[in-house]
Amino acid sequence: MNVLSQIINGLHIGSIYALVALGYSMVYGIIKLINFAHGEIIMVGAYAVYVMLVLVGTPLWIAVLVSLLFCACMGMLIERVAYRRLRNKNAPRISLLITAIGVSIFLQNLAQTIFSSSGKSFPNVMPQGSIRLGDAEISALTLITLATAAVLMIGLQLLVSKTKMGKAMRAVSEDAGAAKLMGINTNVTITWTFAIGSALASIAALLYSSAYPLVTPYMGSTLGLKAFIAAVLGGIGSVPGAMLGGFLLGIAETLAKGYISSVVADAIVFGILILVLLIRPAGLLGRNVKEKV
Amino acid sequence: MSEMLRVKDLHVYYDAIHAIKGVSFDVQEGEIVTLIGANGAGKTTILQAISGLLKPKEGEIDFLGENLLALPAHTIVRRGVAQVPEGRRIFSQLTVQENLEMGAFSRKDTRNFSKDYEMIFEHLPRLKERRKQMAGTLSGGEQQMLAIGRALMSKPKMLLLDEPSMGLSPILVQEIFHIIENVNKTGMTVLLVEQNAKMALKIASRAYVLETGKIAMSGDAGELAKDPKVQEAYLGG
Repeated sequence: MNVLSQIINGLHIGSIYALVALGYSMVYGIIKLINFAHGEIIMVGAYAVYVMLVLVGTPLWIAVLVSLLFCACMGMLIERVAYRRLRNKNAPRISLLITAIGVSIFLQNLAQTIFSSSGKSFPNVMPQGSIRLGDAEISALTLITLATAAVLMIGLQLLVSKTKMGKAMRAVSEDAGAAKLMGINTNVTITWTFAIGSALASIAALLYSSAYPLVTPYMGSTLGLKAFIAAVLGGIGSVPGAMLGGFLLGIAETLAKGYISSVVADAIVFGILILVLLIRPAGLLGRNVKEKV
Repeated sequence: MSEMLRVKDLHVYYDAIHAIKGVSFDVQEGEIVTLIGANGAGKTTILQAISGLLKPKEGEIDFLGENLLALPAHTIVRRGVAQVPEGRRIFSQLTVQENLEMGAFSRKDTRNFSKDYEMIFEHLPRLKERRKQMAGTLSGGEQQMLAIGRALMSKPKMLLLDEPSMGLSPILVQEIFHIIENVNKTGMTVLLVEQNAKMALKIASRAYVLETGKIAMSGDAGELAKDPKVQEAYLGG
C-alpha cells in the first residue's frame, strides 16, 4: 500500500479515536476525573445497535438513534449514581478513579452475563464500494467515517464556543465555585457533559464496529485506552487537543504497522507518546495554567 | 431605609474548627457596610455562607425576608445577591465579553443585555476596548474590574465584594474604591469585606470589626476610624 492509502487509513481509525477521546477530555476538563468507564460506553453502544438491528430488526437510523440516546442516558446515569455523591462529599480524586474502574468492570461483566463472552458479529450496514484518489483507493466506509467525525467535531466545537451551555461548560471546568456564583447549576452542566461525551462514543461504536465487525464485552477497553492516550497526547481537557491527538495516534499507528512491523506498532506509538509528554508534559495543546497575581 | 440582609447568630465549622462563632449583622438598603478584620478572621467565610458556597451549622441568613440557607448556591444570585469573590476568579479562558455573559447567566431577558454592557462599560471603560480579549490576558486591576462588571451583569440588588483591593497597586486601589462608590450611588447596596480598613472605612457608612470569628466592634464607619483600638489594630497606629 502506498503512503497516501496508509494516511487515509490512519485518518479513518484516528477519527474514531478522536470521537472517543473527546468524551475523556471533556469529562476530565470539567471534573478532573479520568472516566475509565467511558470505554465501556463504546461497547454498550455497539451492543445497542446490534440488538436493534439483529434482534429487533429496526432500520439503521432507528438503531443509531436508540443507541445514541441509550448511551447518553447511560453516561448520565453513571455520573448520577457513581460519581456525584463522591464529588459532593469532596472525596479524594483517587476514590473517583477507583469507582470509574469499578463501573468499567461492572459493565463488562454485565454485558458478559447478558450476551455471553463470545463475540457477536456486527451486521454489515454500511454502503460498499470505493473511489479512487490518485494511487489510493478509499472505501465508502472510510468516507462515511471521516465525514461523520468531521460533522460531529465541528458541531461540538460550535456548541462549546458559541452556545450558553458550552460557555457554562468552559466556566465550570475552569472554576466551579465561581460558576455557581454566576447562577450556573454545576451538576446540570456536568450531566450534560457526560451525555454529550457518551453520545459521541455511541457514534464511534457504530463506526468502529463497521470496520471491525465483532462486538464483545471487552471491545471498549483497548479502544478506550487508545482514545485516552490520544486525549493525553493532545492535552487532556482540551477539545481541539482530543481531536488532534486522535488523528495523530491513528496515523502513527497505521504508518508503524504498514512500514515497520505490526508487532511493534503499539510500542512505537506509545514511545511517541512518552517522547511528546517528556517535551510537552501537558500534551500538544494542553496548558499549564498559571495564575496571575 | 429598609432592611435588606440580616445575618443572625451564624456558626460555621471547617471540620472541627469553629471558624465563625455566632456572628450577627445587618445591611440596610442603599448602604455600604464593611466587614473589616485581619487575615483569617472569617470574613470570606461569611460571604461564602451568604452565597451558599458553604453551609453554616447554625444561624440565619435572611435576604429581603427570604431564608437563603435553604437555597442551593446557584439559585442565590437569582434572588439578587451577586458576589465578587476573593482573588477575582474571572474565567481566564473565556473572553471579557463571555465573562460578562456568564454574569448574566441566570437572566432570561437577553434583549436587554447590550444596554447593560454599555452601562457597565460606562463604569469600567477599560473593559470596553478589551471585549474580545481572553480575560486571562488582562492586568490585575482590569481583572478586578471585570469581576465587578460580571457581578453587575446579574442585575443584583446587593453586591458582595471580597477583598477587591487585594494585590493591586495603591493607585488601582483608589480607582477600584472609586468605582465601588459610583456603583453605590446608582442605588446598589454593598457589603464590602476588606483587610484595607483605611479605604473601606472611608467609603462605608457602617462597619463591623471581625476578630477570630466574632464581631468585636461595630458602628458608624467614620467613628470607628477614629477609635483608638481600631487605629492601633487596623490602621497602623
